[in-house]
Amino acid sequence: MLQTPSQTVGPYFAYGLTPEQYIYDFKSLVGNEMVNPIDYEEAITVTGKVFDGQGVVIPDAMIELWQNDGQNQLFGRFGTGTDAQNRFVFYTIKPAPVNGQAPYITAIIFMRGQQVHSYTRIYFSDEAELNSKDEVLNSVPDDRRHTLIAHKKGSTYEFNIYMQGDNETVFFDI
Amino acid sequence: MSQIIYNSFDREVHPPYLTPEYKSTVLRAPQKPLVLLKQSLSELTGPVFGNFNVGPLDNDLTKNTAKNGEPLGERIIVHGKVMNENGQPMPHTLIEIWQANAAGRYVHKVDQHEAPLDPNFLGAGRCITDAEGNYKFYTIKPGAYPWGNHYNAWRPNHIHFSLFGANITNRLVTQMYFQGDPLLQYDPVFLSVPPKGRDLLISKFDLSATEPSFALAYRFDFVLRGYKQTPFETL
Repeated sequence: MLQTPSQTVGPYFAYGLTPEQYIYDFKSLVGNEMVNPIDYEEAITVTGKVFDGQGVVIPDAMIELWQNDGQNQLFGRFGTGTDAQNRFVFYTIKPAPVNGQAPYITAIIFMRGQQVHSYTRIYFSDEAELNSKDEVLNSVPDDRRHTLIAHKKGSTYEFNIYMQGDNETVFFDI
Repeated sequence: MSQIIYNSFDREVHPPYLTPEYKSTVLRAPQKPLVLLKQSLSELTGPVFGNFNVGPLDNDLTKNTAKNGEPLGERIIVHGKVMNENGQPMPHTLIEIWQANAAGRYVHKVDQHEAPLDPNFLGAGRCITDAEGNYKFYTIKPGAYPWGNHYNAWRPNHIHFSLFGANITNRLVTQMYFQGDPLLQYDPVFLSVPPKGRDLLISKFDLSATEPSFALAYRFDFVLRGYKQTPFETL
């Protein structure tokens, strides 16, 4: 049997996949609070923008974050169309290292103009030692590794995604 | 002892990132080669989700957002089975759909097509596959609509589908089309799929699932990535 082919999420996903975020009268199954930040002292914010090949911020991307460190299995979904700066914003906790790997969150990126979604990983700038020994990070060319590191500012980690260009984010074939 | 290796993404049936005929791909398609990820480190440890809180009417788009009556248009049933390449049914897969109304208008605020909205039809629904991988929606047949990709461009009738299974390799977003739609031959989104994969995106009229005096039925099955079992390598 052949795999069912992928098609673009298109420009109009919001009322189906992220309805409450975009203020449609339909309940969201999942949002951007992977943990409730009020309940978790150690909660972090993961935020960023998605840029196209001309450096323009993409206002109609949808990002999903998946993370699992064996203790916490968390999932979040957010579109870039509601924030004033077209950022994605998630509230979560930093995953613990598993088997000596550096902690990371998997990001899946969907948008109009992408017929197949893209996978990347979000690593953390304050994990330099584990990052330097991480098998996956070390499988990425030296000059591109920085595209996978989210930068810490307080309890916020900033992670911008570049679809093309010199700083094109590393996307993985999973 | 053996380990499970998920089959790779089949580039012979999926569209490439860049298809210039679909203009939005030009500035959004990754240009550098993808980095192959060793599987055991990631998708096998993907999140496992229990119960999404899906409501009892969520799979009936003719009722789930109705305000004061039935939505306009041709009521249809869309149903099928989710399997993997090994032919095993995929239970507990979340399926979310969204679509235009019968007039070819999306509720989305960005859609400026001059066709009427329907107060009784949002066009969104979802369900979870049963123990045999089966799903079923009631909805309205979506209309075709114009878009700005090129002069006189129209999207064929279609329903957007999002599938969300137990690990990352099962994530799929796609579109379902209808048999015999004359717009398919002109649609760069559909045509970006290699010829070998195109027929897999076309639902089949299904008389056996039609409900007499109520709704015609279409069948649309999904095949997600399967796996191989290989012996553990011993060092």
